[in-house]
Amino acid sequence: MNKLKKITGMALFLPIFCMVLVMAVNIFYDIASGNFAFNFFTISIRNGVLYGRLIDILNRGSEIAILAVGMTLVVSASAGTDISVGSVMSLAASFCCMLLAGYGVSSTNDLAVPLLVGVLGGILMGCLCGAFNGFLVAYLNVQPMVATLILFSAARAIGLLLCNNLIVYVRNDSFKFFGGYTGFMPTPIIIAAICVIIMMVLLKKTALGLYIQSVGINKKASRIAGLNSAKIIFVCYVVCGLAAGIAGIVGASRISSADSNNIGLNYELDAILAVALGGNSLGGGKFNLAGSIIGAYTIQAITTTLYALGVSSDVAPVYKAIIVLIIVTIQAPPFKAYMKRMSAKRALAKGGAAA
Amino acid sequence: MKGKKINSNTLLLLITIGLFVVMYAVGCVIYSSKGFTHLQTFLNILINNAGLLCIACGMTCVMLTGGIDISVGSLVAMDCMFLAVGMEQWGLNAGLLCVLVLLIGLVFGLVQGFCVGYLEIQPFIVTMAGMFFARGMTAVICTDQVSISQNAFFVGLANMKFEIPFGAYTNSKGVLQVPFVRLPVIIALVVLVLVFLMLRYTKFGRSLYAVGGNEQSATMMGLNVKLTKLKAYMLSSFLCSVGGICFCMNTMSGSVRQALGLEMDAIASAVIGGTLLTGGVGNVIGSFFGVLINGTISTLVKTNGKLLSSWSSIAVAALLCFFIVLQSVFAKMKDSKK
Repeated sequence: MNKLKKITGMALFLPIFCMVLVMAVNIFYDIASGNFAFNFFTISIRNGVLYGRLIDILNRGSEIAILAVGMTLVVSASAGTDISVGSVMSLAASFCCMLLAGYGVSSTNDLAVPLLVGVLGGILMGCLCGAFNGFLVAYLNVQPMVATLILFSAARAIGLLLCNNLIVYVRNDSFKFFGGYTGFMPTPIIIAAICVIIMMVLLKKTALGLYIQSVGINKKASRIAGLNSAKIIFVCYVVCGLAAGIAGIVGASRISSADSNNIGLNYELDAILAVALGGNSLGGGKFNLAGSIIGAYTIQAITTTLYALGVSSDVAPVYKAIIVLIIVTIQAPPFKAYMKRMSAKRALAKGGAAA
Repeated sequence: MKGKKINSNTLLLLITIGLFVVMYAVGCVIYSSKGFTHLQTFLNILINNAGLLCIACGMTCVMLTGGIDISVGSLVAMDCMFLAVGMEQWGLNAGLLCVLVLLIGLVFGLVQGFCVGYLEIQPFIVTMAGMFFARGMTAVICTDQVSISQNAFFVGLANMKFEIPFGAYTNSKGVLQVPFVRLPVIIALVVLVLVFLMLRYTKFGRSLYAVGGNEQSATMMGLNVKLTKLKAYMLSSFLCSVGGICFCMNTMSGSVRQALGLEMDAIASAVIGGTLLTGGVGNVIGSFFGVLINGTISTLVKTNGKLLSSWSSIAVAALLCFFIVLQSVFAKMKDSKK
């Protein structure tokens, strides 16, 4: 009993438990449909690149993992979520493709500006959006979700304007790199890994992580203790915008185009879900980046599994919404208190029976 | 101190009304040749935004408690799809379907209200889950676009014209044009008046303000904060369903991508109308003008004809941003005076 409690009390219990559950569903599904039971885990090399469902999940989950890095910081520092990340992704992608193709051009094979300029432009656009959100939240004390609601609806519209209401195609091999393959490895996996490693090192080697948590736990006390609370929150939002920018470039490169209406659609839910699934409280304070990353890939595994089970992409949000509700309910203080009361009652009943 | 507080809040409302008047006057001057000065243009704004007005009333009630409801746009899409599929494919009675839609709204609001009030989960997270749930359920009902054409009763309701006895004019072809409104406008105005009276004169209305003003003191005064919140979300989803029916009468169709971003318009209308995001301050009359400003912006963009439709959502977002900043500046001023 005690051992069980120790395991369930571990920080990474929730995400890993969900991951195992998803894998179990997959194995069960493969057996039920008469395939090899461990189809899910097979990795092979086809056409010179890695192939397999696990690789697919790692590849497709890159954007969510990158977003989850930024989202974790935002949730921790400001006790609110940035719901504009999906739209900002789309805006960054549109801006990048507009730079690469030139304004008003809907399809191009040659780049109008060097690749680096376009990509950096896109990422910078993400940072700019993050800075806008951060300014509203940190310096004007607007509720995070309302502040980010502005860009949630405006960013996509601005992206459409930049692209002159068109889907801009950039059919250039050098641009395809970010969503394609490096050797036999899908590049998005590498990009996501680099982002995560840089962030982890930054949080481990500097006091930034500590500062962020301290601001998230008590903003006023941190300020009195000498931290510039507003600046730290601002930086978190800029990092979140940066992450959205990078994710946007990867997303655009994958389909070699900027489809403002569809890039990053519903990604804000996935990113928030990843953070919640990673065992982080959405009320701010302490965070666990590793949990969020595992959470992100778990979300992608759920999505892939849902598609494999024949659920359409329009319907998938229903299941994810239910999962979000279950997770936040488990984390809710009144629910925890209720469970504690129940277990105390049970213990009392047991004690009574023994006596 | 108290007199000062009321002043800054009425100031927000006055800015809103002034903004609407200026915006409409500018439209009248620039587009007078395109018929902007006719009464019908104004009535069309009402007709097109009747659904939004109902939703904004509900949103105002939720925002008074300090919460927010971003599930409304998806809920409208689900309602429209349910109505469309129910009439066209299942051949059900339109009246029965409307009652069912209202019931769905109540249940939807009950679940959200329970999560917010009793489980103390952040309203944003709960209603965001609700938003994706409703959008997904729309796709579960049907993934195609369904238009309503066969149900004579519903088509008749939607096409009903209520003529207004003044403001008639003769158009360029010499035909007398009598200004009119449609049924959704009447429903929306009735909702507006009822919610206004409820907020001002009923115990529930006053407790919404009390809960939003200060939750702790509301609890100490003996108000049931949890129940009040639950009722607020139920009211919002219910009014959203009423708005959904109005919306459906305008579009006469259901599709998965319908009413995308409507939650943004509703929130913007309430905020522009002077409802504070922190709760406790606000009024549906302000939200009414917020809706009108919203409608005027999209009418201006449409009348221009050359601008992309994305401009209207950018303009609304910019206005929302402006008013949020204004609110925060007022709040800071109030803080520094204390």
